[in-house]
Amino acid sequence: MNSERRGPGFYVLTAFFVLFVLFLYGPMTTIFILSFQGPNGGLTFPMNGVSLRWFENLLFEQQAVGDFGGAFSRSLMLGIMTMLTTVVVSLLAGLAFRRRFLGAGPLFYLAIASLIVPSILISLGIGLAFNVFGLEPAWYSSGFGAHLTWTLPFGLLIMFAVFNRFNPAYEEAARDLGATPWQTFAHVVLPIILPSLIGVGLFGFTLSYDEFARTLMTSGSFNTLPLEIYGMTTNVTTPVLYALGTVTTVFSMAVILLALAVIAVLRKRRARRLAG
Amino acid sequence: MTLSRIAPYLQATPLTAILAAFLVLPIATIVMVSFWDYDSIQIFPAFVFTNYEESLTSPVTWSTYLNTLKYTVIVWAVTLLIGFWVAYYLAFHIRSATMQMVLFLVCTIPFLTSNIIRMISWIPFLGRNGLLNQTLMTMGLIDRPLEFLLFSDFAVVLAMVHLYTLFMVTPIFNTLMRIDRALIEAARDAGANGFQILTNVIIPLAKPGIAIGSIFVVTLVMGDFITVRFMSGGQSASVGLMMANQIALLQYPAAAANAVILLVLVLLLVGAILRIVNIRKEL
Repeated sequence: MNSERRGPGFYVLTAFFVLFVLFLYGPMTTIFILSFQGPNGGLTFPMNGVSLRWFENLLFEQQAVGDFGGAFSRSLMLGIMTMLTTVVVSLLAGLAFRRRFLGAGPLFYLAIASLIVPSILISLGIGLAFNVFGLEPAWYSSGFGAHLTWTLPFGLLIMFAVFNRFNPAYEEAARDLGATPWQTFAHVVLPIILPSLIGVGLFGFTLSYDEFARTLMTSGSFNTLPLEIYGMTTNVTTPVLYALGTVTTVFSMAVILLALAVIAVLRKRRARRLAG
Repeated sequence: MTLSRIAPYLQATPLTAILAAFLVLPIATIVMVSFWDYDSIQIFPAFVFTNYEESLTSPVTWSTYLNTLKYTVIVWAVTLLIGFWVAYYLAFHIRSATMQMVLFLVCTIPFLTSNIIRMISWIPFLGRNGLLNQTLMTMGLIDRPLEFLLFSDFAVVLAMVHLYTLFMVTPIFNTLMRIDRALIEAARDAGANGFQILTNVIIPLAKPGIAIGSIFVVTLVMGDFITVRFMSGGQSASVGLMMANQIALLQYPAAAANAVILLVLVLLLVGAILRIVNIRKEL
């Protein structure tokens, strides 16, 4: 196919794809630029000078409403908790689904249901359940559970994709050489699927860190970052809102790029080891 | 031997426990509370149908559901159109696997950043004094700012397309990548032109991916409330938004009844999609 000449369809679709990427990134770029708005600038163009005023305002000054630092640390903690749990639980479930077991079908459909039940239902349901049982909702209990209902199905689907492509000959070879099941897992299976596990972790962290609807009724008395940002949109009319948008987006991007870099390094090391 | 027999059960236990506690139990609670009664201060156990009755007999509910379905159909059609062509371009026109991966990641990264920020980022673009209005006025195409760009149904649909198209791209891309290239060669050898290959070979084989993407988009739009609230500036309604308002007023049983109706509707839609397309071999 490589020798073929590019038809007109290729150029039309390339233009379409470029427009799509512009559509995805354009608005984000706008608020990135506007967050450097001068001290007297407003929420729209033109730029009234260039300054770091709004970042200073965001990071070092007391806001009239909200608590950016507290919300950020809560979201970070919740994201890490969700990430670790998602990796461990989806890996275990992925291993379970490699064999037949009673109830495998219903469990699979339950996981899919978790993906398609609207977020606000999960939020309302968990909020009500805590209410009925007389428990106090908090971001680290009800909020944590609400996030897991969103991240676990993704993690499980990724594990399915991984184990569908996994060659069992590696495990058989290890067993033939006398490895115990645990050794087979730790020295053969785990290193091979490690890059995918980092992918699962990345999904777990970012989906939790950005989740809004599922946190709405489950976070208890303290806000997570997306709730805080939403609160700000109704009260704040200065570019500090954009500064917050830029800071959190840069943070998300840094996490994503870090994870991708780790995956790339692991792949390269494995390729080198296989070659050498 | 016994350990390896029970191993899958032990491994599946954490997932089962979490889904039981945070999915099954909460939905059971919603169903239960939807029959409860409430006054302005509290909710209390009962077995009444008033919540359903009030909801189903109110014209507001019906127009809200209709409006939600309208969003769903429009957003579904637009994301399908964009998502299919983006996936098609990545799968069939990009020839190196590395480039394919890079471009796919370029499409994926925004999905991993905050939805709320991505909505906010339309304000300087679409607002009264936003970039689009300024550009159009400088070009002399309009002499007054267009008012319908922000805080309108148009803005809601635009933001939803912006947020959810990736859910269409990924599954369709996945199925397109699995199509045996020999089938396309064979169709070409048999004399099919590009359009015939597309409609007779590629689209039928892409159906499972299209179905999975559709399920994602339909359920996301049906349950959405934050995009509708934010991008319509409170001028449009959706089922999710109606529930969020009832929750804010502490009318939990009413919200629960609406939640049950919404859930039934979503499951019917998903069931209809699954009847048309068999996605089993995709999983």
